[in-house]
Amino acid sequence: ATAAGPERLGPWCSPTGSPAPLSCETGCGEGSWILVCRLLVPTQVSLLSMEEDIDTRKINNSFLRDHSYATEADIISTVEFNHTGELLATGDKGGRVVIFQREQESKNQIHRRGEYNVYSTFQSHEPEFDYLKSLEIEEKINKIRWLPQQNAAYFLLSTNDKTVKLWKVSERDKRPEGYNLKDEEGRLRDPATITTLRVPVLRPMDLMVEATPRRVFANAHTYHINSISVNSDYETYMSADDLRINLWNFEITNQSFNIVDIKPANMEELTEVITAAEFHPHHCNTFVYSSSKGTIRLCDMRASALCDRHTKFFEEPEDPSNRSFFSEIISSISDVKFSHSGRYIMTRDYLTVKVWDLNMENRPIETYQVHDYLRSKLCSLYENDCIFDKFECVWNGSDSVIMTGSYNNFFRMFDRNTKRDVTLEASRENSKPRAILKPRKVCVGGKRRKDEISVDSLDFSKKILHTAWHPSENIIAVAATNNLYIFQDKVN
Amino acid sequence: MFTRGLKRKCVGHEEDMEGALAGLKTVSSYSLQRQSLLDMSLVKLQLCHMLVEPNLCRSVLIANTVRQIQEEMTQDGTWRSVTPQEAGRAPLDRLVSTEILCRSAWEQEGARPAPGLGDGHVQGPVSDLCPVTSAQAPRHPQSGIWELDGPREDRGGFHKSLDQIFETLETKNPGCMEELFSDVDSPYYDLDTVLTGMVGGARPGPCEGLEGLAPATPGPSSSCKSDLGELDHVVEILVET
Repeated sequence: ATAAGPERLGPWCSPTGSPAPLSCETGCGEGSWILVCRLLVPTQVSLLSMEEDIDTRKINNSFLRDHSYATEADIISTVEFNHTGELLATGDKGGRVVIFQREQESKNQIHRRGEYNVYSTFQSHEPEFDYLKSLEIEEKINKIRWLPQQNAAYFLLSTNDKTVKLWKVSERDKRPEGYNLKDEEGRLRDPATITTLRVPVLRPMDLMVEATPRRVFANAHTYHINSISVNSDYETYMSADDLRINLWNFEITNQSFNIVDIKPANMEELTEVITAAEFHPHHCNTFVYSSSKGTIRLCDMRASALCDRHTKFFEEPEDPSNRSFFSEIISSISDVKFSHSGRYIMTRDYLTVKVWDLNMENRPIETYQVHDYLRSKLCSLYENDCIFDKFECVWNGSDSVIMTGSYNNFFRMFDRNTKRDVTLEASRENSKPRAILKPRKVCVGGKRRKDEISVDSLDFSKKILHTAWHPSENIIAVAATNNLYIFQDKVN
Repeated sequence: MFTRGLKRKCVGHEEDMEGALAGLKTVSSYSLQRQSLLDMSLVKLQLCHMLVEPNLCRSVLIANTVRQIQEEMTQDGTWRSVTPQEAGRAPLDRLVSTEILCRSAWEQEGARPAPGLGDGHVQGPVSDLCPVTSAQAPRHPQSGIWELDGPREDRGGFHKSLDQIFETLETKNPGCMEELFSDVDSPYYDLDTVLTGMVGGARPGPCEGLEGLAPATPGPSSSCKSDLGELDHVVEILVET
């Protein structure tokens, strides 16, 4: 399905070779990864291909903005597969949401399976101005979360710093024809000319994808929203900002319940903020939230209305030999994710990814070094603010592999079973379509081998903060600035 | 990276002094770098893109770092008053390599100044630790062997904003701060609001300092420079109000 208009420019990869059987069980060690497609931001795609007749109700022209800010606004700020993996949504700094749909499998085009094409584009949030504080509210989309599909339409939540919106994305491929009171162009007919009555019939039309805002959940957050999470009851969801977490019912927009509040009475005493939060995948009463001090709290909503007192508290004791002025900053957790099984949580701090067992609070069961070579560079990274970058982390469908991003457009995968890991790069120069991605290596000192890159040559402006993993297959989406890379596993 | 402004000695002389003074040199390096980190942190807290609300997480983490440094310096006995001239020029002159700070604590065992020793041997007399309101004569921070050379150029924006901040703070009594913020609702953005003079007003750029702040009653004499108490207050304000 495509947005109305001529056949849009497809992704630029030309498939070669035999199709790769996809298996969820393949870890990052046994398989290799190939680039499926690199998707450009819609401004570029639409300018190239959508010249004809476009229904402007569907495509908000405001995203075709002046090119002087086009680059900044196109930076992808969130990526998320839906529950079947058929759809992939991205949000960007300009407040747009772009949804890609997986290419349908067909007998004569089996090699195109795994590619994603633009399905729908809409402007989710606009920049706002808070007149009381004289501050602009950014339109950047911080998070997108899909609701499980319950009918033909798709629903997703998207949020900026202050407002959460529920969007409905639906297809229309039929339209009614044969009205009595209106003619085919929609003009009213003169009643005197109507001599017979007829029943309007539905006739096929070109497929149209519409996105409509169904709910707007506003004015509930004083601070910046960093997370949203849909509950497993599919009736409620939570939104978390720096100091508070609110619980919403999808049907009610003028009220939310505050379930966590860590704001001190005296702001002078503020030393810790909430950095991420998520509901348990199966237990609708349980959620976790992480903090800037490297702690995770698990809360049970049955215990009390205000979950300020946690049920479980996860913290790893500090290694005194590694203590420095930057210890706290690098321990700040930038992302927390439950495993699909609900047994584990994964956290990302500046240098590591950790896996925790819900039954053990005093330390993680696994720790993976993402880019430990940066440990001696923390001062420079503090100076240029990179130390505050918030990397996300994701599980694969079977919870056997975890993935997170790094600098220089590198991203890392860790196989929890084999304990093998791999570093790959999402870059235009190095990726020919369908070619196998070459593992990368950072040289930490001494003699640099060919193909290795030294720490000092890393480009810290090229950071992979957002990645997503297909829920059941080995297909991953990696956002690098304004490019979205789709890779799939190719099992030899 | 470390050598900007550092006076170099001729090779022979250095070799003679090496053994005896190597320890002190590292002490000084650590202190310099720690001071540099402190200055950098204060600058970070003050310079924000004020059209959009600053990132609270980042501000809290930086403020915690400042607090840690302050605590350590207080324990070491090296916490000194900062004069506006120093404050203004310090961040850029003293942004030496802070690579030493990245080393783990055990490596620094020998490098850190022992409590009570202060910088007396290296950097001139240690100033009073008690908050005092009387004037403190500005001290050249780097007297002694390890003089920092190099031109003190005009640094434009940085210089001005830190200067103005300390200048304005020094004319106020601590009590005035509360009055200043008493009618501002949201404490969250006061952190940056205060320091860039945004209270109740439109938003000038970050370097316009504190013209917007209502002047308090004239306090102690103009020779009263920011002292320990005032600097404490800056740190408090940074996470308040």
